[in-house]
Amino acid sequence: MPIYTLEAGQVVQGIKSKEFSAEEYISQLFERIEKVEPKVNAFVTLNKEEGLDRARRLDKKIRDGEQSGPLAGVALSIKDNICTKGMKTTCSSKMLESYIPAYDATVIKRLMAAGAIIIGKANLDEFAMGSTTEFSRHGPTRNPWDISRVSGGSSGGSAASVAALECASSLGSDTGGSVRCPASFCSVVGLKPTYGLVSRFGLVSYANSLEQIGPVGRTVSDVVSILNVIAGFDENDHTTTNSSKPTYSLQERKGLRVGLIKEFTEGADPGVSKMIYKAAETLENQGCKCEEVSLPSVQYALASYYTIATAEASSNLARYDNIRYGFDMNPEGYEWNSYFARARSNFGDEAKRRIIVGSYVLSSGYYGKYYLKAHQVRSLLKREMETLFKKYDVLIGPTMPILPFKIGERIDDPLKMYLVDIDTVVANLTGMPAISVPAGFADGLPVGLQIMADQFAEQTMLDVAYLFEQAAKVQRSPEL
Amino acid sequence: MATTTKIGLEIHCQLTGAKSKLFCRCSSDYRGKAPNANICPICAGLPGTLPLLNQKTVEFAAMITLALGCKFPDEIAFYRKNYFYPDLPKNFQLTQYNAYGITSIGVDGRLEYGNGKDARIRRVQLEEDPGRLVYASGSMDTSVYVLIDYNRAGVPLVEIVTEPDFADTKDVRMFLDKITSIIEHLGVCDTKLEGSVRCDANVSIDGGNKVEIKNISSFADVEKALRYEITRQRTMTSREIQVRSETRHWDDARKVTKESRTKEEEQDYRYFPEPDIPLVMLGSEFVSFIKQSMPELPDTRKERFMSKYGLSAHIAQVLIGNKELADFFESTLMIYLSPKEIANWIVTDLMSFIDERQKEEEEEEEEHSLFAGLKVGPEHIADLARLVDQDMINRATAKQILGQIIRTGEMPSALAKRMHASRIDDVSVLAQAVQSVFQMEQAAVQDARRNANVANFLLGKVMKITKGKADPKVALEMIQKKLKED
Repeated sequence: MPIYTLEAGQVVQGIKSKEFSAEEYISQLFERIEKVEPKVNAFVTLNKEEGLDRARRLDKKIRDGEQSGPLAGVALSIKDNICTKGMKTTCSSKMLESYIPAYDATVIKRLMAAGAIIIGKANLDEFAMGSTTEFSRHGPTRNPWDISRVSGGSSGGSAASVAALECASSLGSDTGGSVRCPASFCSVVGLKPTYGLVSRFGLVSYANSLEQIGPVGRTVSDVVSILNVIAGFDENDHTTTNSSKPTYSLQERKGLRVGLIKEFTEGADPGVSKMIYKAAETLENQGCKCEEVSLPSVQYALASYYTIATAEASSNLARYDNIRYGFDMNPEGYEWNSYFARARSNFGDEAKRRIIVGSYVLSSGYYGKYYLKAHQVRSLLKREMETLFKKYDVLIGPTMPILPFKIGERIDDPLKMYLVDIDTVVANLTGMPAISVPAGFADGLPVGLQIMADQFAEQTMLDVAYLFEQAAKVQRSPEL
Repeated sequence: MATTTKIGLEIHCQLTGAKSKLFCRCSSDYRGKAPNANICPICAGLPGTLPLLNQKTVEFAAMITLALGCKFPDEIAFYRKNYFYPDLPKNFQLTQYNAYGITSIGVDGRLEYGNGKDARIRRVQLEEDPGRLVYASGSMDTSVYVLIDYNRAGVPLVEIVTEPDFADTKDVRMFLDKITSIIEHLGVCDTKLEGSVRCDANVSIDGGNKVEIKNISSFADVEKALRYEITRQRTMTSREIQVRSETRHWDDARKVTKESRTKEEEQDYRYFPEPDIPLVMLGSEFVSFIKQSMPELPDTRKERFMSKYGLSAHIAQVLIGNKELADFFESTLMIYLSPKEIANWIVTDLMSFIDERQKEEEEEEEEHSLFAGLKVGPEHIADLARLVDQDMINRATAKQILGQIIRTGEMPSALAKRMHASRIDDVSVLAQAVQSVFQMEQAAVQDARRNANVANFLLGKVMKITKGKADPKVALEMIQKKLKED
């Protein structure tokens, strides 16, 4: 088996035991990328020279017997809305087409310190606004299981690159499901941490109060090893929780109580819900107690999510006026207001749509009607979820209510597109952690099982995910 | 025709004492630096950065809140005020906002000023300063391009908003003096730095529409802008033209208010709470901490000056009206404890030199240190007071000495010694001088025999013909003796 197929944990072991060198591993990966990238289009920028250079330096460290870190040599793709010093960070937008950050995001600093090697920046919907990675200036990322279909989004490049064996793991960001959706569509594992567990410093903001950076990997174990590196308090992000750094592990636990959210299975494609019921059965066979539960206010979740997300986005995106950074556009002959307008017309359609909606819901007279209402729904959902978590350790359901669809199928119908986020936004609105684990295939296309837990109950959630993964043994990477 | 005027103020003061910016670790001292050298990814608003609240600024704003008699909420939030302007790196300003159950750090206060007047304080809020636009030709109207300097972006500001409780510009001046003295005493703002205190004003007459005046760059110009605007409104009213509700800009160069080009009142700022800064809990512990750490306020200091040093209310008021002056007074007392004598020297004599110098500098309109250009320190005044107290010199000589040392920095006792050495104390020379004055001023001599005070006139003449070198004490004795003799 070629070494590019190895899981992150195996890579670290192989390099540390000198079974193979980091340089060999990284060069093999770039060969793989060269081969499959024309089909998948997961990357926006490749970091070949620097990646190989870092690999060689790591090999020397290991030869010299120095400390090499828990992620020594692990090749990562990074969603292109996470700032990497000296490496373009475009957010798949014209507005940042040549933007090179002056600093590293906190997560990047931590990953590098742990020995990881960043091999490139992954494709996304412009400013992470989308569920398919079709709204990218760099073209859509294709689903490795069927390249005529979408990879999911907005972290499509992250999930597709992991599934297509172009890297071991990846970092995405999850504002309304953007890590879990493509993980589900590409049959890999994707985790959204509790709000405040992982620093957002260096993540280009789309909707600050909802989003978290999260890992994508081919196994629960790989996702855990990345989470252990990136989680914990950061003095540069006031919203990170000021507690001691958590360490997660893989534990065998029996007798966990599982609630199956019936609104999620009821609203899903029959093929999808069938797989989810089968997953529940698998968990029961492993000693879990499964029951169907109801989350009535989930009917307001999408409206609440799109109100809050667009409101915050409209303000976050205001800074892209092409004055301090951006693309080449001569200001000669413009009054500043018309220059702003002209420059900002280069946002893509979806970003424009959200800026307009967000500005509308925040305008005076409408604030109480929309924005405040949305926050009331948020509190309501949180209370309902908290009540459920008194009875259940985790709540499960499908990650996505539908199977990966054809590229272009929904792009002209925003509302239809927004509807696919129904199962994922709950975790963002409540700040609770959620993970998508491959559940199997329906009509040959991947289905993801979503597992949610109470705030900071990542360990319990990972226990269930691991238990399921070990029992279900679902295929992680397709033939390409 | 009698008119009623209502004036309200919006005062911005930079918390220069906080040392760093409101949401990042950059220095709050941007003055004199190369353009865009005092910035970091956070205050430049680069993608992915998050605001980090400077705790010190919350404490400073809380001190101001207490000093202005405002109420504290239990918790405060920051809001985004969204509008596009090139001096805003994020195209929104982080500020505070009173709505939806959340208030700014201070609300509903009251401040006494002048003699028994008071003004209501609507709110005190903490916010960030924008960058600076630098017009190539100095004016917005004639420049073809503008340069942007973000060095100032993110400097902490406290905005103080009053109710329209001022009836004339004199009240406004007294109130602003009081505010200046308070923030100086709190040590939160160095008001002498250019642009560290700014003020917008709104004014209406006879219950008519309210006009806002913006762009007033110093406290000194507030009175000018208001006087112009009141006259403008009165003229319009007398011609039965209705005053429009609008925002006008103070044109510093032409000293007039003029219509704004943008209709600011139509702006919708789409306020919403900043998600990246969690609510800041204040609570009783915080408030008592602030109470304990409050420096002495001007009003308390004035009372202390009166009770401890026996100063009159007027003298005490003049001293505390400017923190530098009050500090100078107390430093002098540390060297030589003669409070009344020293207070008099400072308030009457030293102040007249300061006023004179400030008039000379009126053109520059920059608020320097009170003592700038004067080579006098507490040690000089202490020395001077001691000389007078010990009868080494009389008051007239002391004044003369002050007039000289203020420019040279020489110690009064040293100068007194030199003057003494050159003094005519040769009795025969002095007697000659007295003799010639008695001959020249025969009428005055007659008067002086009936009215003792006229002797001083004769002394003045003696001093004149001796070119000030006579010892006035000896000369006066001679004159009085001679008056009795003849």
